Amino acid sequence: MTMPNMTETGISGEDAKAGLDTQNPAEAAAESRDEAMPAVVNQASSAQHETVGDVRCELPFIVTEHLDVFYGDNHAIKDVTLEIGKSEVIALIGPSGCGKSTYLRCLNRMNDTIASARVTGTIKLDGQDIYSKDLDPVILRARVGMVFQKPNPFPKSIFDNVAYGPRIHGLAADRAELDEIVFTSLERAGLLKEVKNRLDEPGTGLSGGQQQRLCIARTIAVNPEVILMDEPCSALDPIATARIEDLIDELSRDYAIVIVTHSMQQAARVSERVAYFHLGRLIEVDETNKLFTNPQHKLTEDYITGRIG
Amino acid sequence: MTNSDRTTRDKVEAGLRRRNRRERLFRRAGLAATTVGVVFLAVFFADLFVKGASAFVQTFIQLDVHFDERMLKPDGELDLEYADFDGLVRNALRMQFPGVDSRSERRALNKLVSVGAGYQLRDMIVADAGLIGHTESVWLPAAATVDMLVKGKIDPNIDAALRPLSDAQIRWVGALEVDGRLRKQINWALFNNGDSREPELAGIRAAIMGSFYMLIVTVAVAFPIGVAAAIYLEEFAPQNRWSDLIEVNINNLAAVPSIVFGLLGLAVFINWLALPRSAPLVGGLVLSLLTLPVIIIASRAAIKAVPPSIREAALGLGASKMQMVSHHVLPLALPGMLTGTIIGMSRALGESAPLLMIGMVAFIVDVPQGFTDPATALPVQVYLWADSPERAFAERTSAAIIVLLAFLLIMNLAAVIIRKRMERRW
Repeated sequence: MTMPNMTETGISGEDAKAGLDTQNPAEAAAESRDEAMPAVVNQASSAQHETVGDVRCELPFIVTEHLDVFYGDNHAIKDVTLEIGKSEVIALIGPSGCGKSTYLRCLNRMNDTIASARVTGTIKLDGQDIYSKDLDPVILRARVGMVFQKPNPFPKSIFDNVAYGPRIHGLAADRAELDEIVFTSLERAGLLKEVKNRLDEPGTGLSGGQQQRLCIARTIAVNPEVILMDEPCSALDPIATARIEDLIDELSRDYAIVIVTHSMQQAARVSERVAYFHLGRLIEVDETNKLFTNPQHKLTEDYITGRIG
Repeated sequence: MTNSDRTTRDKVEAGLRRRNRRERLFRRAGLAATTVGVVFLAVFFADLFVKGASAFVQTFIQLDVHFDERMLKPDGELDLEYADFDGLVRNALRMQFPGVDSRSERRALNKLVSVGAGYQLRDMIVADAGLIGHTESVWLPAAATVDMLVKGKIDPNIDAALRPLSDAQIRWVGALEVDGRLRKQINWALFNNGDSREPELAGIRAAIMGSFYMLIVTVAVAFPIGVAAAIYLEEFAPQNRWSDLIEVNINNLAAVPSIVFGLLGLAVFINWLALPRSAPLVGGLVLSLLTLPVIIIASRAAIKAVPPSIREAALGLGASKMQMVSHHVLPLALPGMLTGTIIGMSRALGESAPLLMIGMVAFIVDVPQGFTDPATALPVQVYLWADSPERAFAERTSAAIIVLLAFLLIMNLAAVIIRKRMERRW
């Protein structure tokens, strides 16, 4: 067993310590002696557990090794190892509170905004450790875009919503180029036809489904390499959901897409691989067809047959 | 179906009457509480307007003034320093009442017209020197006692020793009234003059300008500092024991009695930094200390009210924290911040206690022209006038309060309008 690379994040050392105070004294003492200890402890406790299926893939793009996430003293993600390929759609499924959203938010370091969050283990994006000290999360988030559960357009015009990312990153040299980016992004998000004549109207005035497509357009306007989607359809009606799913299908040609979903049908429709999380552990990863038709792990089987959830 | 005689429906119905009665009682109690509040407010305003409204008009006496060359040019040359304008007024009065001869009676007669009348004639000569040698019919301000009599605030039937006007004076005023030589005009002196010993010449201009300069200083100091502190505490400061301590202390600061801030200002700004006393600059600095916690608390609440989804959207696109704050949080929080600031300002405008400590309780005749000129403030002027024995100052006190309340109303209205106009919904 190899020692995992360990990186610590957290808003400040103070907070990390505050989290430790509540752990049992022996463990806390061990930690103060040797910082790498908790990972060892976690590995020991996870010895009885191995992820079933194939966590590796061809052409890995995002490589997660022995990831642990703590919120204060709550161990939210336990020793997750997973590879995500270039231009593949992987769905993360599992019951509520299983850690799939937490894992997703590690991939673009959105967990940094939570003061009590602490991440150990490594995540490499195209070979680069994203939790390394010399990587600015701004650059990471420009490469790894995110679409949230609830559509969250800025209270600005439709145009400004899409143009915001390119503007802050300086992607367009002039107005014509910016227009081009905005139009292409809206086109690719399948929204252009509906909003062409009212680009200066507020994005918050659109319907829920349109808002979510606007958010997708906003995300792809930055031209990321990966798109993370956190239950993007949970607030939408079936018709809007179908449109988003078609869109995911289309986008998957150019982007790696990681989608968290509560709907197994959706996972089956849009993804090539599925990862099943349970209580912070990655239980099973496999190709979508295989996992849904022939789950290897008892927990996976229980979940997809509706006995957990 | 249950075996019991009483179904669920029966049980609910049994309790329903009690529930409804409770709701009715609660509503009545609420209505009563609201009514009490409204009645208090109505009585207060009614009293204020009844007492103060008459101060906005002022009695004037029409006299035929002869601009006598001998009195204006005693040395053959017009010299405004030595020209006897008061003498012109006296002569005009003597011509109006030819029968008044004795010295003491003449003196009583002269007291019917305000001492400010001479200045009015002086201004006329300054404007048009060609008036010299001519006779003009001029409306001159009456003395405050005459004004009070005309407004019915002095009872002519009580014992002469108990009223400021003698029987003869009351008779003369009656004669003027019969001649149509008395009328009430809008009291511009109230808005154009500084303070004065003579109620008919006293105005709130100096106090308004003092309050105005003070509020400018307060806004300029308290708004940027308050907003910057709120943003730092809300968005950047680490959440630990220190930030908790700061938070508690800011809330405490908001509750500190205002006179304590006055003492602080006296010690720091005047004794230590040697800034001029009675100056709007110091008053403004003291009031900014007073409003700072209000602005910080309101701004923090406004920042907190910005939905986290907007922050996540910005961060998710790769905005830096500073960009997230300046592009998204600030524009959305600004209406709330401005509202809080205006409410803080209106509190500062109504504040008098700390100003007493830094020497702004002063008799200011000249309207202040800048931030370091001696000045007073509207509420302090109210305090000063309320203390004056003259009857005419009582109505001016109420008038000054009405003006102060009007300013407060305008400011609070502005806060409401800003909130309504700029508020975004999502």
